[in-house]
Amino acid sequence: MTEHVIEAVDVVKFLGKGAGQVQALKGVSLALRGGELTLLMGPSGSGKTTLLSILGCMMAPSGGTVRVGGRCAEGAGPEELAKLRREHVGFIFQSYHLFPTLTAADNVRLALDVRGENSARAVTKAKEALAMVGLAHKNNAYPLELSGGEQQRVAVARAIVGKPSAILADEPTAALDGENGIAIMTLLAEIAKDPAHGVLVVAHDPRILRFANRVVHIEDGRIVGEERRDAGVKQDEGDGVIHDQVEKHDRAEK
Amino acid sequence: MSLIYRLASRNLLHDRLRFIATVVGIVFSIVLVTVQLGLYLGFGRTVTTMIDHASADLWVMPIGTKCFEDPSLLDERKRFQALSINGVAQAIPVIIGFADWQIPAGGTTPVFIVGSDLRAGGLLPWNLVEGSLDALAIPGAVAVDRSYFNRLGISGIGSTAEIREQKVEVRAVTRGIRSFTTTPYVFTTADRARAYTGVSPSKITYLLVRVAPGVDVDSVRRRLKDNLTDVDVLTPTEFRDRSSSFWLFDTGAGFALFAGALLGMIVGTVIVAQTLYSSTKDHLNEFATLRAMGSSRTYIHKVIICQALISAVIGFVLATVIGLAVVAATADTALPIVMTPALTFGLFAATVVMCVISAIAAIVQVTRIDPSMVFTR
Repeated sequence: MTEHVIEAVDVVKFLGKGAGQVQALKGVSLALRGGELTLLMGPSGSGKTTLLSILGCMMAPSGGTVRVGGRCAEGAGPEELAKLRREHVGFIFQSYHLFPTLTAADNVRLALDVRGENSARAVTKAKEALAMVGLAHKNNAYPLELSGGEQQRVAVARAIVGKPSAILADEPTAALDGENGIAIMTLLAEIAKDPAHGVLVVAHDPRILRFANRVVHIEDGRIVGEERRDAGVKQDEGDGVIHDQVEKHDRAEK
Repeated sequence: MSLIYRLASRNLLHDRLRFIATVVGIVFSIVLVTVQLGLYLGFGRTVTTMIDHASADLWVMPIGTKCFEDPSLLDERKRFQALSINGVAQAIPVIIGFADWQIPAGGTTPVFIVGSDLRAGGLLPWNLVEGSLDALAIPGAVAVDRSYFNRLGISGIGSTAEIREQKVEVRAVTRGIRSFTTTPYVFTTADRARAYTGVSPSKITYLLVRVAPGVDVDSVRRRLKDNLTDVDVLTPTEFRDRSSSFWLFDTGAGFALFAGALLGMIVGTVIVAQTLYSSTKDHLNEFATLRAMGSSRTYIHKVIICQALISAVIGFVLATVIGLAVVAATADTALPIVMTPALTFGLFAATVVMCVISAIAAIVQVTRIDPSMVFTR
């Protein structure tokens, strides 16, 4: 049985204060396993982003426990949570959040730099990560010189370069057209094949259901359903190099 | 290249107009501080120039003398008392005082007479560019600085004028001996200085004491203090400090210069702080992303401080170039602005401190940042 990379038990979260306070999560338990792509689906305001923030150690829960990489996040201060994030979690955001003044390679290298990895090896790792997502030829391109799909691929490279155990993606395809959305999900599904990584994707789009090993439904701050699925995308056997998948997508685009 | 430096420099250069405004602010601030502190140093040097160029181990003066220009007088008998003290090799009288210089073309202008013994030296004009010290032995001979020719209504060597209805003739010309009071110095012999200033023949202003070779200056000083009444006996350094202190602090001039420098620092700090704060606000999303990626607060603080240091270095280099131009432009004025290596180093340190202090507001802003804001933007 693959180990849990993140585990939340009975997580409760209150947002706001006084009369405006709302309970965003009402006792959520969720475990993210390595080698698995989990889709978290639910309507707006259901608590998806709050749960993602808590699982990603950006926010402390009001109650319940969260374990990340085997370490309990309960009672951790902002700096300890940041340490857990940089050691165990990679994020992919809906609007990419790349640094416009840095090249693609530097954007990726930044994830290593914040971990104190700033040797020449870090430069090589960043280039390797970009090659894995099919952007070896875009090392020196700035985000504004890249398409939306390419920018999101840089964000994926940034999330995986530090080899985190958990990759958390917040609607990674929402800002992309269908083709690019599929390409990004293909990438994430490939990454999730590695037992060292567990991938959690928050999404609305039912077209990406086929990439999931498991789908968790959340509504009104509660997990209301969970289904296991075989990842529906059929891919080449062998090493499963992500680059190959992306190249296929790129060829299809042309 | 460090990513922190790269991120910091590109954050700064991202908005070039704002960056230029920041650098101009720093340059303005540092040039202002340079001018004020350079004036302070220049003033300090100018007010002690006579003491610095006198040849003496000890100065004997009326008790309570505040500065070189103080016209209090000593009884000349004290010179002979000093000479009788063991270890004193020479006691050279110096007479100073204000007088009116009768301009040949009409009118008068005040001058400051400095008279000393030509043979013994003591306090003689320096930086001679024309004439000679020996020529001052000629009756009526004086030395003046060439920068005062117009003021004195003369054209150079051989020009004549009158002081106290006595004819004087310029026999030596100096360069760069200027008074901060703008009153020209006129060098002559001790006897003629008495005649020009009206000091009684039995009075002197200072005694410049030279100690015999191999004799401890402090022991001679103690003996002089014990044997001469109503006098201060100071080393050149002590007299220099006393004179500087009087002109710079007792008159309030030094405080005014320091206040100007402080104002410059405050203006610079506010300008840099405002820029860093607004730059940080513009890049808040990026800092939140860094935080979401797990960067420590220290990492983000380093980016902001790096921005401050880049601004400081660029601003300082430009300000130093302008400062050196100002120094060159004032070199031959009555109050030159002086820039020393220590002042330059101090200004650099002040610029760095100013910029780092300016970063505090921006640092406080990012310290409060919530990394989960990246999900809502």
